[in-house]
Amino acid sequence: MNPIRQIFSRRRLYSELSESMQEHLAENIDELVEGGMPREEAERAARREFGNATLLEQRSREVWQWPALESILADTRFALRRLRKSAGFTITVILTLAIGIGANTAVFSVLNSVLLKPLPYPHPEELVELRQAAPGAPGLTDFISGLHLSASMYFTYAEHNRTFQALGIWNKGTANVTGLAEPEEVNTALISDGVLQSFNVPAVAGRWISSADQSPRGSKPVMLSYGYWQRRFGGDRSVIGRSIQIDSQMHEIVGVMPQGFQIVNRDFDILIPLALDPRHQILAGFGYEAVGRLKPGATISQANADITRMLAIWMDSWTNGPGSDPHFYETWKITPALRPLKDQVIGNIGGMLWVVMGTIGVVMLIVCSNVANLLLVRAESRQQELAVRSALGAGRARIARELLVESAVLSFIGGAAGIGVALAALRLLLAIGPATLPRLSEITLDLRSLAFAVALSLLSGLFFGLIPVFRYAWGRLPLLQGTARGAGVSRDRRRGRDILVVAQVAMALVLLVSAVLMIRTFAALRGIDPGFSDPEHLQTLRTAVPALLVPDPRQATLVQNNILNRLTAIPGVTAAGFAWGVPTQGIGHNWDDVFFEGKVYPNNEPPMRVFNYVSPGYFHAAGTRFVSGRDFTWDDVYGLRNVGIISENLAREVFGSASAALGQHFREYPSMPWHEVVGVVQDVSENGVDKKPPAMVYWPPLSKDIFGPGTFDATRAATFAIRSDRAGTEGFRREVQQAVWSVNASLPVASVQTMQEIYSQSLARTSFTLVMLAIAGFMALLLGILGIYGVISYAVSQRTREIGIRMALGAQRSELRWMFVRSALALTGTGVVIGLAAAIGVTRLMKSVLFGVSALDPIAFLTVPLVLAAAAALASYLPARRAASVNPVEALRAE
Amino acid sequence: MPATDEFRGLFPGALEMMILQSLRYRPMHGYALAKHIKSSSDDLLQIEEGSLYPALQRMLKEGWVESEPGVSAKGRPVRLYKLTEAGLSHLEREVSSFAKMFAGISRVLAVAGAQ
Repeated sequence: MNPIRQIFSRRRLYSELSESMQEHLAENIDELVEGGMPREEAERAARREFGNATLLEQRSREVWQWPALESILADTRFALRRLRKSAGFTITVILTLAIGIGANTAVFSVLNSVLLKPLPYPHPEELVELRQAAPGAPGLTDFISGLHLSASMYFTYAEHNRTFQALGIWNKGTANVTGLAEPEEVNTALISDGVLQSFNVPAVAGRWISSADQSPRGSKPVMLSYGYWQRRFGGDRSVIGRSIQIDSQMHEIVGVMPQGFQIVNRDFDILIPLALDPRHQILAGFGYEAVGRLKPGATISQANADITRMLAIWMDSWTNGPGSDPHFYETWKITPALRPLKDQVIGNIGGMLWVVMGTIGVVMLIVCSNVANLLLVRAESRQQELAVRSALGAGRARIARELLVESAVLSFIGGAAGIGVALAALRLLLAIGPATLPRLSEITLDLRSLAFAVALSLLSGLFFGLIPVFRYAWGRLPLLQGTARGAGVSRDRRRGRDILVVAQVAMALVLLVSAVLMIRTFAALRGIDPGFSDPEHLQTLRTAVPALLVPDPRQATLVQNNILNRLTAIPGVTAAGFAWGVPTQGIGHNWDDVFFEGKVYPNNEPPMRVFNYVSPGYFHAAGTRFVSGRDFTWDDVYGLRNVGIISENLAREVFGSASAALGQHFREYPSMPWHEVVGVVQDVSENGVDKKPPAMVYWPPLSKDIFGPGTFDATRAATFAIRSDRAGTEGFRREVQQAVWSVNASLPVASVQTMQEIYSQSLARTSFTLVMLAIAGFMALLLGILGIYGVISYAVSQRTREIGIRMALGAQRSELRWMFVRSALALTGTGVVIGLAAAIGVTRLMKSVLFGVSALDPIAFLTVPLVLAAAAALASYLPARRAASVNPVEALRAE
Repeated sequence: MPATDEFRGLFPGALEMMILQSLRYRPMHGYALAKHIKSSSDDLLQIEEGSLYPALQRMLKEGWVESEPGVSAKGRPVRLYKLTEAGLSHLEREVSSFAKMFAGISRVLAVAGAQ
């Protein structure tokens, strides 16, 4: 019979069974009576012959049941009933578990979605980032993204490759959409042909931007993102074919990409065709990111070899204009360095996520010890019952099973609530939307996260459930020795849960101290003046004036000077300058010994100083403050005057103060003429705000001998910094590039980004770690409070009788309150001492991620114990107050 | 699941086999079945009458027997148990394997007794 049907037909089966048995007996009795036996005797005989009817009926019924399962179900029902009766305990445990499991599940979901899940494109393993290195052009590439592609490279690779199914280049931008509602700035991704083909995700409405749409003289039809389509057009399908005004030009909407689709990690609103004209491309212009889909079975090394081959074709096929040598780029030693697209998307967030997972794991440990503690207390209070049951013949396994069923019930309810917490936490995370977290839109609570939550509930249930089991079911069984009269709790039995509370407080303290150190690090980082201002409105771009193009250094500087003039002529530009590298960009700096006049150095070896070469006006554009003195002038530059600017920390180190350094002289090597310090600028965080600003020497961009004895050269590769409110907009980027090319069309333009983008890349990882640790610390605190509250309030309820006696004997209410608060504080104090010792060890390991705060920061090490003590006092005061309000008559009446 | 200790001294499945065999010729109700087994065994098997019922429930569950309302020889309304096709084939399998086992045991006993 079908087992499901069995369950429903059971009632009928049971009644038929008992009818049959009744009939059996009745028939037997009737026969015996007919045989002449008195009725009473007949009944007895029949029953004797039949056997134990109740037992047999039970056995018969069991045939239809799953006895093991059903008795567990009965245990579960029993456990639920008991839990309902002690609502305070139950709510505390479930809340604790919900927070712990929820937080762990949320972090696991992030980890899973970001690191473990494949990218949301078909066959994501075939997708690669086309990345190139150019060790021969150190000024032009940075170590994060290497040398980007130029449009001519794209045309060459797209045409001549043998290993790609598709490849394309793209760029991020912003654009203004007008004519819809209010004018709106939207995020755009500009794509060449091959980008959509690489990702190979079909449009959700309409069609892709086609190859024909990439015609430079065409109307450049666009696609919308799902989000923008919903937001602006309410998901209306008739939008296909309509026109939209982008940067004052009408574009037809031909399609919508599905929800969650991103170009690598660009969350765009509108996709616009790049529509590059191959007839107007030159070799240079290394400004595009590139993506490709390898042919099935092709490896990255094969593709690298393929690109190496095509680089020669590229140099043969294109030019930088009449008179230029296309094979000049051989000196750049361009080499392909493809990597899986997932590496580009994830970036360096991986290690950090595992650290956060570990931290949150510690929180789970606190949760488990918290719950174990509460269960211990509870099992203790049931000791009488358990002793009676075992005296009546309940086996150890039976009692163990019951205790385990109770903890399993708790952990599963806690787990279910935890999934709710995780959902809320993820929603919050998405709402905050840390820009540094890749694949943010893909973060969901999927099946794997759910399985994680279930497994975690199961494991934690087993973990904290086993502690009371070992103590009460397997340990020496308490006999019926003590009755309810032994009202106090023996020291021995209290020790176990005291240890758990102490462990909890200690773990919470470690997490909290770490979190406070991180928060202080974060505050210190935010508070730091990085040596430049308003990075959002500082556009940067890199360009180089090759010696092959402009051999004369003075002419090269003149070219750069002209570029600056063109840049400042762009509407909205307030200042512009250039330097060898801008802060945190990762452009390798030169450095060397620097001698200051009149100073004596041991072994005649002065300390090394970091060099930068800056144009007049650069500091003004970047927002770097002059502490003393003046900026370079173009007369200084062209007149080859021996002048220099130094950083404030260098001035203080050598001369004691910024103003004392003015007029002093320095040089790089003995045969170099002395250079006069004409200005002192504030310290600049060259290597990221979390690193100490180096002592800097700033040289003019053109000078004799600064690149070594007998040299005369210009700073040919330089980052231009342009101050404008329009920085970062696609229109502005175009104008900036045009300005460069209007001076010389052969100049490469690379790394067009705002200072903010450079800056946040250097801050990103730290800030996210800090936020996560702060959350973990906060949860540890909350759990610690819950734990102390739970234990003290349970102790109060257990000691009601004792309290009653004390009060009857004349104890003051305030004394009683203090008694409980004091015991909580004693536990907290022990935990704090142990925790402090552990924290000293742990924070020492954290030293490398701390900034502006010592690993033994007194504020963290003082406030956290105080906060914990205050929390413990509060957590114990509430139940203590309840204890003090006990009515002695009521308390003793139970006798 | 508790072992079949209703018939002490019987091997597992023996009671089922006897019930199935008894039902082979005609459907019977519980009391008749108990009497039939008792009388045909010449009271050699000491059984509790009630122990038929758990066995009958097991066989109902397996689908070897079916139950239907009927009337006893004395005109009482009773529940009649009837052998099914599945029950018949199970019985035949059991009987043949029991016969083999019994033959085997007998031989071993005969050899042991000869020594």
